[in-house]
Amino acid sequence: MSSTTMTQKQGFAATLWDYLTTVDHKKIAVLYLIGGGFFFILGGLEALAIRIQLIQPNNDFVSNGFYNEIMTMHGTTMIFLAAMPLIFALMNAVVPLQIGARDVAFPFLNSLGFWLFAFGGILLNCSWFLGGAPDAGWTAYAPLSVVSPGHGVDFYVLGLQISGAGTLIAGINFLVTIINMRAPGMTYMRMPLFTWTTFVVSALILFAFPALTIGLFLLMFDRLFGSGFFDASLGGNSIIWEHLFWIFGHPEVYILILPAFGVFSEVIPTFSKKRLFGYTAMVFATVLIGFLGFMVWAHHMFTVGMGPAANSIFAVATMAIAVPTGIKIFNWLFTLWGGNIKINSAMLWSLGFIPSFTIGGMTGVMVATAPADYQYHDSYFVVAHFHYVIVGGVVFAIFAGLHYWWPKMFGKILNETLGKITFWTFFFGFHLTFMIQHFLGLMGMPRRYAVYLPNQELELGNVISTIGAFLMAFGAIVFVINIIVTTTKGEQVSGDPWNGRTLEWAIPNPVPHYNFKQLPLVRGLDALWIEKTEGRKELAPAEPLDDIHMPNPSILPFVMSLGLFIAGFGFIYQVDHPSWLIVLFIGMGITLGTMFIRSIKDDHGHHIHKEDLDEEAR
Amino acid sequence: MAENTNLDYQKKKNKEEMKQQVITFALMIVFTIIAFAMVLSDLDKLFVVPILFLLAVVQVIFQLYYFMHMSHKGHEMPAFMMYGGIFAAFLTLLGLTVLVWW
Repeated sequence: MSSTTMTQKQGFAATLWDYLTTVDHKKIAVLYLIGGGFFFILGGLEALAIRIQLIQPNNDFVSNGFYNEIMTMHGTTMIFLAAMPLIFALMNAVVPLQIGARDVAFPFLNSLGFWLFAFGGILLNCSWFLGGAPDAGWTAYAPLSVVSPGHGVDFYVLGLQISGAGTLIAGINFLVTIINMRAPGMTYMRMPLFTWTTFVVSALILFAFPALTIGLFLLMFDRLFGSGFFDASLGGNSIIWEHLFWIFGHPEVYILILPAFGVFSEVIPTFSKKRLFGYTAMVFATVLIGFLGFMVWAHHMFTVGMGPAANSIFAVATMAIAVPTGIKIFNWLFTLWGGNIKINSAMLWSLGFIPSFTIGGMTGVMVATAPADYQYHDSYFVVAHFHYVIVGGVVFAIFAGLHYWWPKMFGKILNETLGKITFWTFFFGFHLTFMIQHFLGLMGMPRRYAVYLPNQELELGNVISTIGAFLMAFGAIVFVINIIVTTTKGEQVSGDPWNGRTLEWAIPNPVPHYNFKQLPLVRGLDALWIEKTEGRKELAPAEPLDDIHMPNPSILPFVMSLGLFIAGFGFIYQVDHPSWLIVLFIGMGITLGTMFIRSIKDDHGHHIHKEDLDEEAR
Repeated sequence: MAENTNLDYQKKKNKEEMKQQVITFALMIVFTIIAFAMVLSDLDKLFVVPILFLLAVVQVIFQLYYFMHMSHKGHEMPAFMMYGGIFAAFLTLLGLTVLVWW
């Protein structure tokens, strides 16, 4: 009996309990999708509020203080709570299937990673109802973030600390999974590109997130426990925050964009009916971008006053990244060249990505030019640049990936007509919103300001930008409608609706919860395609049919994360009154208690017996 | 017969490894004695500290390669990840030292 049909027969409470306790990577992918989707809509609403405020000079749609809050929360939400989990949704849904594994290496930690992210995100957004959201920008630069009144920034620190721990856990999990759990025959150089990018990204998470953890701890101690790491009057140095933030922050943008590259490297070959051009170069470029990502953080800080030597070094290192990225762009174009191209929604997003992202890359080299950056810095030019790479790269990839893998995740193909409406409105809306912002920036419009003055020729550009934002919102709404329509009316398709090339398409629809009855034998890159060219429909098994060992579901990750969530409030409010320490102790008690239970309680999982598998086949 | 050769080979290899481990162990003790002696003696700090760091690094390498078997086959990925981590940490420290404190 498959997991999907089982869910349909369950009541609501049983389904809810199933998802709260699940350790199945496919269900955790769905949870990440729901969580990330929710925060994506929330961040989108904040973006609309920003654009409405800026539609005319001296507008008073929101107050200046509230503008700071929505501007901060838009950035923080979109990066940490929307883009990251949506990427993790795709990784969780696809990577174990692509490498021929039955689950990730640590299913329990996988669940814990999700719940930490979810509770961190909820904690952060609780600030809206508890005296105001963080308002120091998504980068939370000290000293502003240290002196910012109220508890807004405290919620930022604690919320990101908790969800950051979840991300770190997820990264380590994927590293171990990809190193240890590849199917027989799947060497590193036979891994699909999406798996490769997930692998490199997980390494980046492992090395980059500790810098954020340290930075947040220092900020937390400055704000809540009276230390002075960033306070110059106590001998501290506020620039340390900027460095720590960007030592994390720059790898973070590669953490977002590399999986996007992976998605396109799957979609384009499938719908061009060609092997990915320059596979080895693509792998090499991915690893190189990963390394270079750690050597360029200070290009966010050209105007800090590091001096011409440091600025030059970081400028040159930054421009070097254009080389491997350019290799990738050309490889996608060469993959398309001469291919038997089929254009559907997933392919549209991929084709739209190439010019959009290239524009973002080009402005990237422009802002990497240190002397010129003094002109661009903190203007709308920078806003336009990073929206071109993050929306034109990451968001397009998420849409492409969802269209491409939806039949693997949910067994149905998303509606093509609605998908195309989403693409065209979102695509034009996106360029309408952000192309003009380059010019607004060059004309001197500073970022993060709640108002601008009339008669500075900024009116028309801002109106155009706001219209574009509403077009994007329209596209996103159509996508939500698409999901509802497909879920209610869509038809189940076969396990391989796209005539795919990689291992995940060798699995029947719906995917059994143990993924592979017998682990497959991989004989080369594009493992399934190799079998197809030799007239077989599926891969040869690499092992005899035997009992399958599966992990047991557990509620402990949920409770563990809930404990930290409660403790977060204790940490934040103990500055107001010491009695809040009780909340802190209760929360930490719950977390440490569940950790203790997890440590002493043996849980060896369960076996699916060979006879039951035989039964199912009949 | 084939098995026997294999066993002989394994024995020889183990012996070789044992030899290396004993040598390394002796070297590490010598290094430690040197380190202590240097701190006790009245040498210039600017001279002692870098040498101490150098000795520490060499000891870590010995530890990893001879006692934790990183020289063996199948340890390429851990080695790669460790060097990657050292690379990232080194850049961070270098950046902060040069840009913030200098």
